[in-house]
Amino acid sequence: MDSTDDITITRRNLLIAGAGATATVPLSVAAQAPAAEPAVVSRVSLEVNGTMRTLEVDTRTSLLDVLREHLHLTGTKKGCDQGQCGACTVLVNGRRTVSCLSLAVMNTGAKVTTIEGLGTPASLHPMQAAFIKHDGFQCGYCTPGQICSAVGVLDEIRRGVPSHVSADLNVQPMVSAAELRERMSGNLCRCGAYSNIVDAITEVAGARS
Amino acid sequence: MKPFSYERASTPAQAAAAVAARPGAKFVAGGTNLLDLMKLQIETPTHLVDVNGLQLDKIEPTAQGGLRIGALVRNTDLAADARVRRDYGVLSRALVAGASGQLRNMATTAGNLLQRTRCPYFYDTAMPCNKRVPGSGCTAIGGFSRQHAIVGVSDGCIATHPSDMAVALRALDATVQTTSATGTTRVIPIADFHRPPGSTPHIETALQPGELITSVTLPPPVGGTQIYRKVRDRASYAFALVSVAAIVQRDGTGRVAMGGVAHKPWRVEAAEVEMPRGAAAVAGRLLAGARPTHENAFKLPLAERTLAAVLEQARS
Repeated sequence: MDSTDDITITRRNLLIAGAGATATVPLSVAAQAPAAEPAVVSRVSLEVNGTMRTLEVDTRTSLLDVLREHLHLTGTKKGCDQGQCGACTVLVNGRRTVSCLSLAVMNTGAKVTTIEGLGTPASLHPMQAAFIKHDGFQCGYCTPGQICSAVGVLDEIRRGVPSHVSADLNVQPMVSAAELRERMSGNLCRCGAYSNIVDAITEVAGARS
Repeated sequence: MKPFSYERASTPAQAAAAVAARPGAKFVAGGTNLLDLMKLQIETPTHLVDVNGLQLDKIEPTAQGGLRIGALVRNTDLAADARVRRDYGVLSRALVAGASGQLRNMATTAGNLLQRTRCPYFYDTAMPCNKRVPGSGCTAIGGFSRQHAIVGVSDGCIATHPSDMAVALRALDATVQTTSATGTTRVIPIADFHRPPGSTPHIETALQPGELITSVTLPPPVGGTQIYRKVRDRASYAFALVSVAAIVQRDGTGRVAMGGVAHKPWRVEAAEVEMPRGAAAVAGRLLAGARPTHENAFKLPLAERTLAAVLEQARS
């Protein structure tokens, strides 16, 4: 009997203690975190879509978050935030880059081109126009990253960068469907618009050559 | 992500001194692996030294007839270099088998060597991991271990090194050049660069605190048919289950290194005398003493068959 009471009391006390702990943890975190680990602010100057921008940012800020949250260029999308989906792809000094895995402060002096800088609704970049013509998207969330990546891919092929499916390392790579699929494997599309994306890129590549 | 201070270094010695002077400081170059790990608070540097301005981004011929690859040469640029494509094809092939186009544009030669394992328990901060929290235990042993190592493992860690590039560098007998805070330099053979896990799996390389990789050097070309074959769960953008880097000469002799099977690029020179006798003989010696788990025992026959396919491709 005594032991039953003890258990009851213990359980009740445990629940009360647990509730108290639950209530106090967020408060203590909120109170202590800023004091224990103050954010460090640093200045970054970079050129975005042709305009010089200088900002004071927390050193932890990714290039992606600077583009979206500080410069309000929300065309660039945050998907996985760990470099696996490609939705945040932008061109940095002309090369396709996942902006989620680059710190803003590491991009001082860089020239960044986002989907907003490639073209405008009134004057589309050829890759944007081709994606529309070929239905290279459904929901559109991955599309800015796909288009920036595709522009980078055609430049890489033009410069002779080989890929995993290039048959011969020592000849100019082709613009084949197999090449485009391999080179675009860092851009995921959950709607599955892949075949139309390949058609769009193929058309732009053909128009250039 | 934990807060950190940040500086840009202008010389290798200054960068090394900056990291050596502050416990908790780290170098950052491409950032593709480090930032991912910082977001998960697996890496928690208090200070980052950005080495991107060190002008270590050239590929230059050496007096011996090889190539010196600057530490900051991006994976894309190394794979695309005409000399590498012509004389060190296995390296180009390994590079383009790894990661995605975007990541290869960012990732550096030195950073590729220093990337951490993709063991899911290393990434899960709720789980014990001797590599992440020394002494906490290994969850992979007895856990989901399909991707894990089968040779060179210890009772404390069965993680693999994820690099494709490093497997090719091992087959090519590359060396790693470093500089320290005092300005002293040294050369580390790639064979000795990655350490066995033993009882200290958190110590992954031969580098001392603050020691900075400045370049990776390839010896003069050895010719032969150079092949990198990677077996993975999907056709692109996935880590290797097993990979084979091979350099096969006309007379059937050559070199073989494997990825996806160990904590480092796995090469046993003594196994290569068996090359004229075929894949089974080579694999038998290369993987002698293997200790697979019940989930990754398939890697033993997979490694032998992948090697057989590579040797057949080299003959054809």
